Amino acid sequence: MTTEGKNFVADHINELKPSGIRRFFDLASKMENVISLGVGEPDFVTPWNVIEASYHSLERGYTSYTANAGLLELRQEISKFLSESFQVEYNPESQVLVTVGASQAIDVAFRAIINPGDEVIIVEPSFVAYVPAVRLAGGEPVIVEATQENQFRVQAHQIEAAITPKTKAILICSPNNPTGAVLSKEEMEAIATVVKKHNILVLSDEIYADLTYDEAFTSFAAIEGMAEHTILISGFSKAFAMTGWRLGYATGPKEIIQAMTKIHQYTIMCAPTMAQHGALEALRNGMDSVKEMRVSYRQRRNFVVKALREMGLECHLPGGAFYVFPSIEKTGLTSSEFAEQLLQEQRVAVVPGDVFGDSGRGYIRCSYASSMKQLDQAMKRMDKFVQSKI
Amino acid sequence: MCINEKWVNDLEKKELELLKLLEKNGRLEVETISKMIDLTVDQTKEMMEKLENECAILGYSTLVNWAKVLQYEGVTAMIDVKVTPTRGAGFDKIAERIYRFPEVKALYLMSGAYDLSVSVEGKTMMEISRFVSDKLSTLDTVVSTTTHFVLKKYKHDGIIFEEPDEQDKRMMVSP
Repeated sequence: MTTEGKNFVADHINELKPSGIRRFFDLASKMENVISLGVGEPDFVTPWNVIEASYHSLERGYTSYTANAGLLELRQEISKFLSESFQVEYNPESQVLVTVGASQAIDVAFRAIINPGDEVIIVEPSFVAYVPAVRLAGGEPVIVEATQENQFRVQAHQIEAAITPKTKAILICSPNNPTGAVLSKEEMEAIATVVKKHNILVLSDEIYADLTYDEAFTSFAAIEGMAEHTILISGFSKAFAMTGWRLGYATGPKEIIQAMTKIHQYTIMCAPTMAQHGALEALRNGMDSVKEMRVSYRQRRNFVVKALREMGLECHLPGGAFYVFPSIEKTGLTSSEFAEQLLQEQRVAVVPGDVFGDSGRGYIRCSYASSMKQLDQAMKRMDKFVQSKI
Repeated sequence: MCINEKWVNDLEKKELELLKLLEKNGRLEVETISKMIDLTVDQTKEMMEKLENECAILGYSTLVNWAKVLQYEGVTAMIDVKVTPTRGAGFDKIAERIYRFPEVKALYLMSGAYDLSVSVEGKTMMEISRFVSDKLSTLDTVVSTTTHFVLKKYKHDGIIFEEPDEQDKRMMVSP
């Protein structure tokens, strides 16, 4: 907005690039009969017992604020869950912060640790919010590219090469959005060695931890000596199909979580109370639903990867999350051209890979969190499209 | 249902996956199923045949909401039956006498206040009352019957009968 030539918006916000996903969303949402594989959230509705527990909390009048860090009961349950599932130990009184989605946890974490000019290493392709979150906190994002030759798993030496005296932290998301790649335990240990050697932090976005299909998940915080170097970020959105509830959490070293809680207290007060009550039920009685959803995602992953390979596209087998990231190089099209033409000609929406960073060029992200009926139809339409381009 | 992943071996796990998929949708194509459970088409067909031979798969039926079919008028009743079990055969013999009637759609042996739960379908209430008075209650071992007529079906075999709300409420593209 300008008045008499004066621009009221702060310079660093003006400089922030709008997300490439936005433009594509505008394009797709104007069309009819589109099958969308562009959705970054589960196709399941939140399990009924969770919805019911949240209703019940409202009926009983639990409508006031909670403690800044979240309901103590919920923090205890989160701590227990992390201990039982991933063998990481956090004190619910001082090392757990309940946030408004994992996104807020990331924002608060960066704000808590970044001094002006500090560098944060971001592994791309990645979720679109990381780079802006670093910039908003006054930091300098440094990009490291995970490539197909390593099935999109970043290697320790790549990280080490990017470290400078200004490096404060590295953000890693495994299982990854958009590639679905999952780091192996050995790869994580190698990264941990680099992190400890240079005495930096890992922000480990483990939002897809419960959605791994081939191997048990390892948390960065569970690797020897890493608890002191890890801010673990997770939430309820993906595993429990609770995206709209906006509920996540961060755990980590006491002084960092306390610093994050300070920011949280002044900016948000606390996460929504009814969502916290729902989350409590999710952790207490929701794991069977997670198991069922995991089986269903795995089946759909298998189906989509095979269908894409059959149509001639190169596609690694992603170990987690609900995305596949095939190469579309064979078609001779760029990611954006492919996505746009596929939408125009066959009415299937996918997300161009370069939205997630330059290293996503030549790839597209397809989410398989859609019904089998839709996936089947989408793969048939895509096949027609790909055959017409090769 | 909880599957103990430790003792179920891989192939048995795939059988379970196959059965659950087919139970939900008997019309899934073999090509699709095979991709989903990571087997070849032939392996999947073989597995289905094996399960059919073992009578683990008894048939592939369609769940029809008859209330939607205008010219079809039908009534369903659930009948609680108390019987005297016979020496040697227990409840099985009397159960067989009952389930052989084509109008009996389901029959269960129950714990609690009565013994057999009989689900019966007929064209009219008259037809069902005739079945109860003429056929069921006249059987030797039947002590008493209590008939409940179904007024409306909301959910059957895990499937909700109301108009499904299939609209995808998610935004079309999101990060």
